[in-house]
Amino acid sequence: MALTVDAEHTVPARRRGAPASHDGHRGAPAAHGGHHGPTSFWSTYVFSTDHKVIGLQYMFTGMVMALIGGFMAYAFRMQLAFPDQPVPGFGLVTPNVYNSLVTNHGAIMIFWVAMPMLIAGFGNFLIPLMIGCDDMVFPRLNRLSYQLFFVSAIVLLASFVVPGGGFGGAWTSYPPLSSSGTFNHTPWGAPLWLAAVAIEFIAFLLGGINFITTAMNARAPGMRMWDIPMVVWMIVIASILFMASAGPLIAGAIMLLLDQVAGTHFFTPAAGGDPLLWQHLFWFFGHPEVYVVLLPAMGIVAEVITVHARKKLFAYKTILYTTAGTAAFSFVVWAHHQFVAGIDPRMANLFTITTLLISIPIGEMLFCYIATLWGGSIEFKTSMLFGVAFLAEFLLGGVTGIFLGASAVDVYLHDTYFVVAHFHYTFVPIAIIAVFAGIYHWYPKMFGRLMDETLGKIHFWGTIIGFNTIFLPLFVTGAAGDHRRIYSYQHFQQLATDGLQSLRVVATVGMLIMLLAQTAFIVNFVRSLVRGAPAAANPWRANTLEWAAPSPPPHGNFAEMPTVYRGPYEYSVPGRTEDYWPQNVPA
Amino acid sequence: MATSVPLATTRAATGIPTARLAMWWVIASEIVIFGGLLATYVMLRLHHDHWAEEASHTSTLAGGFNTFVLLTSSLFAVLAHQAAERGRGVRAARFLWYTIGGGATFMLVKAFEYTNEISHGYTMFRDVFWSYYYTATGLHGLHVLAGMVCMAIVAAGARRGENLHRVELVGIYWHFVDMVWIFLFPLLYIAK
Amino acid sequence: MAQQTATAYTAPTTPATPARASERAHGHPSYVKIWGILLALLAASIAGPFFGIMWLTLVTAFGIAVVKAVMVAAYFMHLNIEKPLVRYMLLAIAALVLVLWAGIYPDVQKSEGQNWRQAERVVRPAGDAHAKPAGEAGRH
Repeated sequence: MALTVDAEHTVPARRRGAPASHDGHRGAPAAHGGHHGPTSFWSTYVFSTDHKVIGLQYMFTGMVMALIGGFMAYAFRMQLAFPDQPVPGFGLVTPNVYNSLVTNHGAIMIFWVAMPMLIAGFGNFLIPLMIGCDDMVFPRLNRLSYQLFFVSAIVLLASFVVPGGGFGGAWTSYPPLSSSGTFNHTPWGAPLWLAAVAIEFIAFLLGGINFITTAMNARAPGMRMWDIPMVVWMIVIASILFMASAGPLIAGAIMLLLDQVAGTHFFTPAAGGDPLLWQHLFWFFGHPEVYVVLLPAMGIVAEVITVHARKKLFAYKTILYTTAGTAAFSFVVWAHHQFVAGIDPRMANLFTITTLLISIPIGEMLFCYIATLWGGSIEFKTSMLFGVAFLAEFLLGGVTGIFLGASAVDVYLHDTYFVVAHFHYTFVPIAIIAVFAGIYHWYPKMFGRLMDETLGKIHFWGTIIGFNTIFLPLFVTGAAGDHRRIYSYQHFQQLATDGLQSLRVVATVGMLIMLLAQTAFIVNFVRSLVRGAPAAANPWRANTLEWAAPSPPPHGNFAEMPTVYRGPYEYSVPGRTEDYWPQNVPA
Repeated sequence: MATSVPLATTRAATGIPTARLAMWWVIASEIVIFGGLLATYVMLRLHHDHWAEEASHTSTLAGGFNTFVLLTSSLFAVLAHQAAERGRGVRAARFLWYTIGGGATFMLVKAFEYTNEISHGYTMFRDVFWSYYYTATGLHGLHVLAGMVCMAIVAAGARRGENLHRVELVGIYWHFVDMVWIFLFPLLYIAK
Repeated sequence: MAQQTATAYTAPTTPATPARASERAHGHPSYVKIWGILLALLAASIAGPFFGIMWLTLVTAFGIAVVKAVMVAAYFMHLNIEKPLVRYMLLAIAALVLVLWAGIYPDVQKSEGQNWRQAERVVRPAGDAHAKPAGEAGRH
């Protein structure tokens, strides 16, 4: 790389000065000394270094993995509702297959759907566009990150077909069950699963460093800290959070892999190891991970609701400080996942307090979002429906989390379907609802066409009704004692009652509704690609910089590199004829 | 290799060059990886009384010599950086090769040490202490190897006067690997 | 901080930014001298255990390790003239390791829990790496 090309000149620190001498007023592609777009199919869509292509690659991979994860949910939920009947399209779900299905459903939905969609997909697509530059700061590193991610997905899928089948020791992979093939009967599946997760972590570390550096260094001239759109802030903070929390787990994963493959005993108590240690290392990562995926979702929703409510984001700085505070605080709540694991009771007290405390900043953020909606001119486009639904559904997940955070209640509810319902009420809004809000919102920018609103609304209501029909009954079965990770309740007399079984059937019907509703999305997505109405550069009349680029943006993004003059949420400013005020338009 | 870089790469809103900023984040992510490993080692060390006895079988001489080697190689790395800053690519490349030599010496001594320990029965499977010993030094050794490979690539460029800023970056990484050893040395070789 | 604003948006990827070069020009201690001090500290940390005093060994081992690490970070990695942001960033990350320590420590010090008991000492005979763990807890 010739790094002397196109060094940027000094820009005066003051913002509203006449920006005559910097890059923004040179024709961008010409100034780049041959930084032209690629031409052949392979270099355009497969081995591209363009951040938009890589973002879409992540997104499509995530969608395919979501379908696989959803199919797994279909298989095991059918087994739970209609025990020991062959599942249409899958076959008989035996206990081992059941364990493998729930384990990989969880792992796929978190590591191969939520992470690539929210952080890598939207992060790649949005960050350079929203901060007004032409690409990520390390485009080839970015490509490598996706390629590693792709390999990790292949390794994971390969782990299903090896002798012994896929790993079935839950996505938390607790030893000693996970630490030896003699315990878990998946001598190949377990190491492959762990290797897939480890490769994926490396991919996201590379990607995360790229995001953080890009947002810190490559902002458009004039863009101060407070002019950065909330979703960029959130993705960057989430990347920092991931990077800081994953380290101990990477060390732990090396130890666990050595236990599995080489025969060491880091986590086997019979040989002097410590089984609790893995749980700590895992949840030291695992709890911040919740915020790693939550924050980008909150950011996407912030963009969607401000645009479609035509209102300034309420309390930008408060939300930002709260986010940073939550991120820092999320490092001291992890052991609430281990209240029944036999941890020190004094520590359990401490972690109860911190867990209850962390609901305050999250609640505050939700209130700020609701205050943003208050008095706005709300237009219920499909993306807005999903955005508002995120707030409502996530609230349910958050509130039930307060019950579980209290150690006394958790001792009763731990490992029941109450927990399952709780975290699905957080993760489905994050990884499904907010992602759909983002896709419906930015689809015109990604592909230059509008999605169909009617199909979008059918998809929305199918998803929301299906989702609540699945998980509301599970709160009840969980409180009634339904334990997780049991493949058939017919083996437990107290749990094999008609009342509980009918609730399980209701949940399964909800799952079928939700899966069916996704066909509306797929049809809409594909149909709009070819037949959707062409989108203008700024169809939603939004302020942020990505809407200043053409739809879809060409290689290099902007015909003329933008300069920023104001914050991202100047909607309905009194005294202006238009109700929006793009960041790049001079006063 | 690409003939040009995006405009984004040349911007520096923080005042820190992009490549160096990214390198600091790499170091930050490494701190938690090694930090997590060493923290758990220290906790278990305090928990298990017999680990002190196991630790007495490590060779202080080899460890001390390797510390000397790594400190010296760090000196060469920083001298390479100084030369690169003055635009003297050939000199920078020569110092980088001295650093690589230091890394190779380190790995040789480590290999000798491993051989000696394993042949006396102190394998990875003897006790959890030894599992930690081999994991921590092995992970560190992999970092040394990776640093040597990167430095060879950077040195080849520096000799031609290309990408001289990379000399500093690979140096920062090397110093970090040195720092990890500075902590591994007392933990594994001194405290007995 | 004033200088930070002034140097923002300068061409950064050239080998030596003018600001850093000038900072280094005056008053940077010689690298060889730093190296000499590091070697002296190394000698002290090796010599520490020979006195056989517990606290002295701890000081020479870990106190000196911290001093050495700080010196390498400051003078070799040039954190002494790097922007303060980087120092805060690295310190915050390092502080996380302490958080991890504080949260895990009480549990690692336990030798038994629900349905498990940690074998206190298991030493496999030499040359038989894959032998089963040597039975129940307790010394032998």
